[in-house]
Amino acid sequence: MKFGILVNEGPFTHQASDTAYQFTKAALAAGHEVPRVFFYFDGVNNANKLSEPQSDDRNLVKMWGALAAEHGVDLVVCVAAALRRGIKDEILAEGFRISGLGQLIEQSMGTDRSLVFGD
Amino acid sequence: MEVEFETEGVKKKFLFVNRKAPYGTIYALEILEMVLISAAFEQHAVIAFIDDGVFQIQKGHNPKAIGMKHFAPTFGVIEMEKEDADEDEDIDMVWRIVVEKESLEARGLTADDLAIDVDVLSSADLSALMNEQDVVLSA
Amino acid sequence: MLHLVNKSPSDRASLGSCLRLAAKGSAILLIEDGVYAAISAADSAALIISRLDDYKFYVLKEDLEVRGLSEKPLIDGIAIVDYTGFVDLAATNDSVQSWL
Repeated sequence: MKFGILVNEGPFTHQASDTAYQFTKAALAAGHEVPRVFFYFDGVNNANKLSEPQSDDRNLVKMWGALAAEHGVDLVVCVAAALRRGIKDEILAEGFRISGLGQLIEQSMGTDRSLVFGD
Repeated sequence: MEVEFETEGVKKKFLFVNRKAPYGTIYALEILEMVLISAAFEQHAVIAFIDDGVFQIQKGHNPKAIGMKHFAPTFGVIEMEKEDADEDEDIDMVWRIVVEKESLEARGLTADDLAIDVDVLSSADLSALMNEQDVVLSA
Repeated sequence: MLHLVNKSPSDRASLGSCLRLAAKGSAILLIEDGVYAAISAADSAALIISRLDDYKFYVLKEDLEVRGLSEKPLIDGIAIVDYTGFVDLAATNDSVQSWL
């Protein structure tokens, strides 16, 4: 089964990014595909490479990047939502790319199940 | 790593769920942007206003009072997209703008308080409609 | 359809709205802070207990554990699933709706 994921919230403030990440990991482990994860609303903040969590805490930005590197998950950040929040190429974390909102609609059309994680 | 999707001939039923009041958070505005983008993909769509989401389409917004963006006129564009889809026989695209009757009544509103034309549905009818949808985008 | 509820009923109306609008026979999974709705001794338990015949209720194991609720008596009739079970629910239901 192909899953398309939408993440509405940034790292740490809400559990949404963690839940989305854990779901994606479990889906991949079960042999499903997660071709793309789209980050919208404050979700774009998951792509900020300047994020520096405390040393004894998880690093969500890096965790997402690792999923991209190991499993080819396409991490897409919405350009309009990103600009609004100051997420630009110069601070974009490894594994993420900035693109249009149409990529979310396309992902929803091209996968079997769409899930949203938010507040 | 950019991924390609096979979307030729795909026609899905999208449901955009609006349950939050406008201006207190950005969800109303950014969901609206999602709806507008989706028009280009000629998919079916139900744009639903439920619970405090009904306030998003209430008449009389004046965000300029504190310099916020006035996005309500964009709902008129959604209405137009819907009408175009209804009239154009070459495009297979059914769009509905729906509001839950119980949500309106619980907030002392009627369809007359709303800035756009909507289908007012009972909870039962809305429930059945929501259950038919393929992709649910909420915020 | 699989419905996801992620907030406690004393915080948000999302569980109530879900129970008003989800079609009978649907699956409802409590995740994140939504797992608090599964506590049997809570006043809010009545919300779910009254609808046990209409829906298939599930609660996410990891979110119970995180919150120290693993030993807490839960509503009889709610099935506990882990993330693998969550993925299964998403795959076996036709679609997924998040109540945010």
